[in-house]
Amino acid sequence: MKKLLVYLKDYKKETVLAPLFKMLEATFELFVPLVMAAIIDQGIGGGNIPYVLRMGGLLIALGVIGLVCSITAQYYAAKAAVGFSTKLKHALFEHIQGLSFTEIDTLGTSTMITRMTSDVNQAQNGVNMVLRLFLRSPFIVFGAMIMAFTIDVKAAFIFVVTIPLLSVVVFGIMMLTMPMYKKVQAGLDSVLGATRENLTGARVIRAFNKEQEEIDAFEEKNSALAHMQLFVGKLSALTNPVTYIIINAATIILLYTGAVRVDEGTITQGQVVALVNYMSQILIELVKLANLIITITKALACANRIQGVFEIESSMEWAQKLTDTVQPGSGMPAEDGKATARQQAADYIVEFDHVHLKYAGAGAESLSDLDFRVKKGETVGIIGGTGSGKSSLVHMIPRFYDATQGCVRVEGRDVREYTMEELRQKVGIVPQKAVLFQGTIRDNLLWGKQDATEEELWQAVETAQAKEFVEQKEGKLDAPVAQSGRNLSGGQRQRLTIARALVGRPDILILDDSASALDYATDAALRQSIRNMEGDMTVFIVSQRASSIRHADQIIVLEDGEVADIGTHDELLARCSVYQEIYYSQYSKEKEA
Amino acid sequence: MAAGEGKGSQKATLLKVLHYIRKYWIYLALSIVMAAVTVTLTLYLPILTGKVIDLILDKGMVDFAGVFQILQKMAVVIAVTAAAQWIMNVCNNKMAYRIVQDIRNEAFRKIEILPLKYIDGHSYGEVVSRVIADVDQFSDGLLMGFTQFFTGVITILGTLGFMLSVNVAITGVVVLITPLSFLVAAFIAKKTYTMFHVQSQTRGEQTALIEEMIGNQKVVQAFSHEDEALEEFDEINDRLGECSLKAIFYSSIANPSTRFVNNLVYAGVAVTGAVYAIKGGISVGQLSCFLTYANQYTKPFNEISGVVTELQNALACAARIFELIEEEPQVPDCEGAVVLGNVEGRVDLQHVDFSYVPDKKLITDFNLSVRAGQRVAIVGPTGCGKTTVINLLMRFYDVQSGRICVDDRDIRDVIRSSLRDNYGMVLQETWLKSGTIRDNIVMGKPEATQEEIVAAAKASHAHSFIKRLPQGYDTVIGEDGGSLSQGQKQLLCITRVMLCLPPMLILDEATSSIDTRTEIRIQKAFATMMQGRTSFIVAHRLSTIREADVILVMKDGNIIEQGNHETLLAQNGFYATLYQSQFAV
Repeated sequence: MKKLLVYLKDYKKETVLAPLFKMLEATFELFVPLVMAAIIDQGIGGGNIPYVLRMGGLLIALGVIGLVCSITAQYYAAKAAVGFSTKLKHALFEHIQGLSFTEIDTLGTSTMITRMTSDVNQAQNGVNMVLRLFLRSPFIVFGAMIMAFTIDVKAAFIFVVTIPLLSVVVFGIMMLTMPMYKKVQAGLDSVLGATRENLTGARVIRAFNKEQEEIDAFEEKNSALAHMQLFVGKLSALTNPVTYIIINAATIILLYTGAVRVDEGTITQGQVVALVNYMSQILIELVKLANLIITITKALACANRIQGVFEIESSMEWAQKLTDTVQPGSGMPAEDGKATARQQAADYIVEFDHVHLKYAGAGAESLSDLDFRVKKGETVGIIGGTGSGKSSLVHMIPRFYDATQGCVRVEGRDVREYTMEELRQKVGIVPQKAVLFQGTIRDNLLWGKQDATEEELWQAVETAQAKEFVEQKEGKLDAPVAQSGRNLSGGQRQRLTIARALVGRPDILILDDSASALDYATDAALRQSIRNMEGDMTVFIVSQRASSIRHADQIIVLEDGEVADIGTHDELLARCSVYQEIYYSQYSKEKEA
Repeated sequence: MAAGEGKGSQKATLLKVLHYIRKYWIYLALSIVMAAVTVTLTLYLPILTGKVIDLILDKGMVDFAGVFQILQKMAVVIAVTAAAQWIMNVCNNKMAYRIVQDIRNEAFRKIEILPLKYIDGHSYGEVVSRVIADVDQFSDGLLMGFTQFFTGVITILGTLGFMLSVNVAITGVVVLITPLSFLVAAFIAKKTYTMFHVQSQTRGEQTALIEEMIGNQKVVQAFSHEDEALEEFDEINDRLGECSLKAIFYSSIANPSTRFVNNLVYAGVAVTGAVYAIKGGISVGQLSCFLTYANQYTKPFNEISGVVTELQNALACAARIFELIEEEPQVPDCEGAVVLGNVEGRVDLQHVDFSYVPDKKLITDFNLSVRAGQRVAIVGPTGCGKTTVINLLMRFYDVQSGRICVDDRDIRDVIRSSLRDNYGMVLQETWLKSGTIRDNIVMGKPEATQEEIVAAAKASHAHSFIKRLPQGYDTVIGEDGGSLSQGQKQLLCITRVMLCLPPMLILDEATSSIDTRTEIRIQKAFATMMQGRTSFIVAHRLSTIREADVILVMKDGNIIEQGNHETLLAQNGFYATLYQSQFAV
């Protein structure tokens, strides 16, 4: 939590003023019983009506001052809390965006989204409540006690005993029930999970006639939840009656002591009334404080979780500016030899130099010793079973992950020497999952190139075989795209993601199984038109379909993270058993023959 | 219930709510009695306190005997109040949680018999939120709201009564000033409502953006779109900051303002009370009692105004839940429906018309006759509605006209579960329930022995990966398969069917999730499985298609061609184009 407080930095004034005004308000509130005592003793006792009226005026004045102070405090508290969360959200969003794929994988998107939304809201609420109440409530509790001391020391000792006793009860029950509420939450989660599962799995459950079993299982979970809730409920239902008993028992003792002290002539009747009033003020504030502590505990837990996200550093460092990193000749002398080697190697646009990749937390390497070179303008097919490392391989080119050993070079330069923008401009990738963003088709395509012209957009759309359906949409390029592209079919989404990558005219285009939702005919037409594009684009095609990569200049066959073979279709068909197996499972032998 | 008749539908909802409460009427009655006891005694206590104060006049003027007597009375009152309060709380809890439990059970039972049409047509999140959030809010709002309302009303009436019995004029002061607090609260609530509305709208906008950008971070990064995203985020974030500040601040004025009105009442009572006391109209003790009342009197008013909105909200939630509970269930098995025993596997579709939306025709006059043991492949481009056929065969949806027969018996004349028992289904969208691997495999045959399970797993080539999992067959997998890969999930789904092997199969061939080599083995397993079984395959692989006895070619939801590989090729229609595109390039 502490580290998050920097986001309150710009609200120092508000953070100090809010509790200060709250305390002022509380102070005036504490005067009220004293004024009342004066009314009773001097006004009523002395039969002095003008005095009573003056005191009445004082009460109203105290009320007005209290109101002004309190509203001021509320304003500053709200301002500080909202400012805090606005800044926090900005920083969090920026931080998360700076994380590399490795951290994104470990954190998980749903976690990050929760941190950014409900956790931040809880933290904001916490800040707000703390500023408003955290000083006020204890101040009133202890203030009331101190005021009691000013009236009568002996009577005040009743307060000294009652306050800790009440605190023990209020906070004790709270401490006891809080962990139980967590269990209740877990129970609720399992009921929720069961409900969701039965909706997503409705077909399978019905196909297997499992409805009754599911109902039984649900009712069991549901009843476990109800039992837990009842148990916790019984416990927390104790809070009110027990505090009621304590505070009123204290009042009885107070009245008795008061009676003795008045009889002795130490205090007056009005002062007894004042003491009783202080006692009831304490109860109200303690209950508020207990609720406040629940809010604060929740907020603290959220703040710690947010802090946890901030503590995750990106495991990937990017070169700052191109000029700072590689300037031909400016390198150390020992590097000179390497530099010339690089120059020669520049015929190759992509090189894998004995690359190994092991994901964070994984037991084994996902890619081992990949070593191959790709010339500019070539089309490379990558094929292999699930988990053979096809996607991992292509993810290394735009440096989504760093090689644990060896290195990946683009145009002769280690990818680690590029700035992020530079590398990602060179490499266009169409991910497996076709993701589009809310906005228009145009908005989405512009992701590939901010200042693309109308013509460039249409060209990309045409190459991606999306022209036909885009033209049919109302508004064409300006047709709306719903969140995650829900209003488009899977095939349409895929084609638009391809177009998006094409708009940027990347030197290297990676299609990561991105035609899976396209039928064979469209898939073929797509490959044809990409090949016909002007320029020397190098294309990587990851696919499960032999037909998609069949005509590639080289085909890399992967098996369990290793290269099984590299060659053209004909070469591989002649010598690579893995390739043969894949190919013949899709094309029957006799047809080939 | 006429449309738009808000009051009437609210009343109807209330009646339904009462239906659920009826079961727990004892608790309700007890709770009401205890609430009345609590409130009355709570109000009585200040009177006793006042009496004590009146006995403590001045030095040497204290009636100790009287004080003692009243203090004893107070102790009893306090004990009884506390006990009553506790019983009331427990009763309320019991009622609230039991009713929630009952409603959830009923809602869940409904989910299991809802027509697939409803489930497909509603987002899961929405249904889940009805069962979970709405039910919670309903119980919180309605039951807590009810008790608050009840105790509030009793408190107000009780306070009025007690005050009137002591002094009419001071009571007048209280009654006259209090409505002010009411007005202030209402005014602020009205003002803040729109602000909160704007806030929640903006917050929704922000959440949507976060979900998009953070949810698809990898794409954002791949296109170096971070700066633009942050810019967009900041714009919403700043707007949210502004409207949040307004909403939070204005709503937080409510408390101090009502407290201020309260203070006014207090001052009013103090002055008029003191004047009366000087004139000898009331005692100091009575005045102190009045002051306590003045503090208490406004509170229930504020609470009640909150309760009314809460009650309305709760009723709205209840209405949403009842909407789900009262949703038309799937057509029950018709009267005299028979059990479809072990079938041979003849399937006939006769003049079938079907569409999801009434005015958008999909399948019209479709005829197909499948002999026992035949293989039917369904092919076509993505999104052409291949799953519609599965929906009809399994009777997830009913045909609009025509009929579907299994072994010459209309499937609407047989018990649904027995029809489904005869089909083994593997869908492309794998679904696994949370539980152990074993739980998932034995879904179709709960009594299966370990040997049978292993045999099935071996046949579907799942055994080798299952055995490598930490706890083997007893490994617990989370919701929707958790950490399993897509391919492994698919294998488990196949094992599930492999274990019970019904006479007819529906297979949705995986496009790309299982690696090719495993798939070869699976295809072999499929082949053995399909021996002598009528099978319907949504096919992607040409090899599968070519071996089929009947190929259905679908496009845009319609079956446009039908025949076997050779005849369809000879037709040189859509199928031929589709087939040749594989080899053309």
